[in-house]
Amino acid sequence: MDAKTTYVLRLADTCLIHSQRLSEWAGHAPVLEEDLALSNVALDLLGQARALLTHAAALEGAGRDEDQLAFLREERDYRNIILVELPNAAASPSDGGSGRDFALTTLRNAAMAIWLELLYERLQTSVDTELAGIAAKSLKEVRYHRQHSNDWVVRLGDGTPESQARMQAALNVLWPYFNELFAAEGVDGVGPTWNELEPEWRARWATLMQEATLTLPRDSAMQPRGIDGIHSEHMGHMLGTMQFLQRTYPGGTW
Amino acid sequence: MNLSAARAKLAAVPDPEIPAVSLVELGIVRELRETASGVEVVLTPTYSGCPATELIADDVRAALAEFGDVTVTMQRAPAWSTDWITPEGREKLQQYGIVPPQCSAEQAIRVVPRLRCPRCDGGRTEQLSRFGSTPCKSTWRCIECGEPFEYFKPF
Repeated sequence: MDAKTTYVLRLADTCLIHSQRLSEWAGHAPVLEEDLALSNVALDLLGQARALLTHAAALEGAGRDEDQLAFLREERDYRNIILVELPNAAASPSDGGSGRDFALTTLRNAAMAIWLELLYERLQTSVDTELAGIAAKSLKEVRYHRQHSNDWVVRLGDGTPESQARMQAALNVLWPYFNELFAAEGVDGVGPTWNELEPEWRARWATLMQEATLTLPRDSAMQPRGIDGIHSEHMGHMLGTMQFLQRTYPGGTW
Repeated sequence: MNLSAARAKLAAVPDPEIPAVSLVELGIVRELRETASGVEVVLTPTYSGCPATELIADDVRAALAEFGDVTVTMQRAPAWSTDWITPEGREKLQQYGIVPPQCSAEQAIRVVPRLRCPRCDGGRTEQLSRFGSTPCKSTWRCIECGEPFEYFKPF
């Protein structure tokens, strides 16, 4: 697979897997409004993933389509960052065994929305006009995601001692995985090296953390490489759920 | 081929999620043109993941079937904007109980608007959530009459 296809696929898979994790909240969010909000964000991300996967498939030129890429690849072929595949409950011994921690989800959503906004802003001027079109459209969507998730981070971080402690615990767990947001190389004219986003992302994140009265952990040397297909132990389980229908009923549609 | 008859048919196709307004009034129809064997309609999807997109394409095909083969083409760029909703469309949304966008998509990045209740016209309202029952709307409440209502987000 060439560098350009890989570049698009990393973003496509990151949107897809992020959406899949978020959709686990449907019917389970703390309040009804948030249930709708998380579903809507998941839906936007799935729409972005579909457009990006379709484009990646065209670039690859192997005759595959979005569905084959989404549902019929092996774990090692997915190029998403590990941050988005972590379970919704990774941080939380206090989730009561539900498998869902709203603090972790909220914090991850905020980190991802800021990152996607910065990346889509740059991709709008890509020489790849299809990618530029997808970015211009998606940018409008992730701006709403960013406003929404950042509000929640502040509300919970600068909230009660309980909500603050949960947010800090979530931050401590997710922090090393943020390193992968800046790990992928760019493709000339097509899209920037992700580390070009790092100064602005870190500045915005620091401001948000200050407002939310959360303390940044010490920098970590961990280098997650989901973008090369080296995933966490959680990825296979997630794909088991996600791919079940297509694996059981190959080619099934409705 | 009577293209203006086709245009009139197309103008009557309602949005499946918000049937009070038509697809044309929502500003998602870019073009209608004659082809060798029928007509082609170019549509701009609203949100990337909007589940109504495929239903909309089906509705357009059904409405124009009498004009021959109907090709529906989705065009992503330039991205759809609520700035394209027509004045008639805005009026119909308001009558239907959905407050139409109160500013341009660009302004909306910075400001949360002050809305008047579409039911009692009360001026004291609050946003409950930036998201609602569809991707294009947010959820609000009127403090004066106590009723919830939806706002079509500038986008």
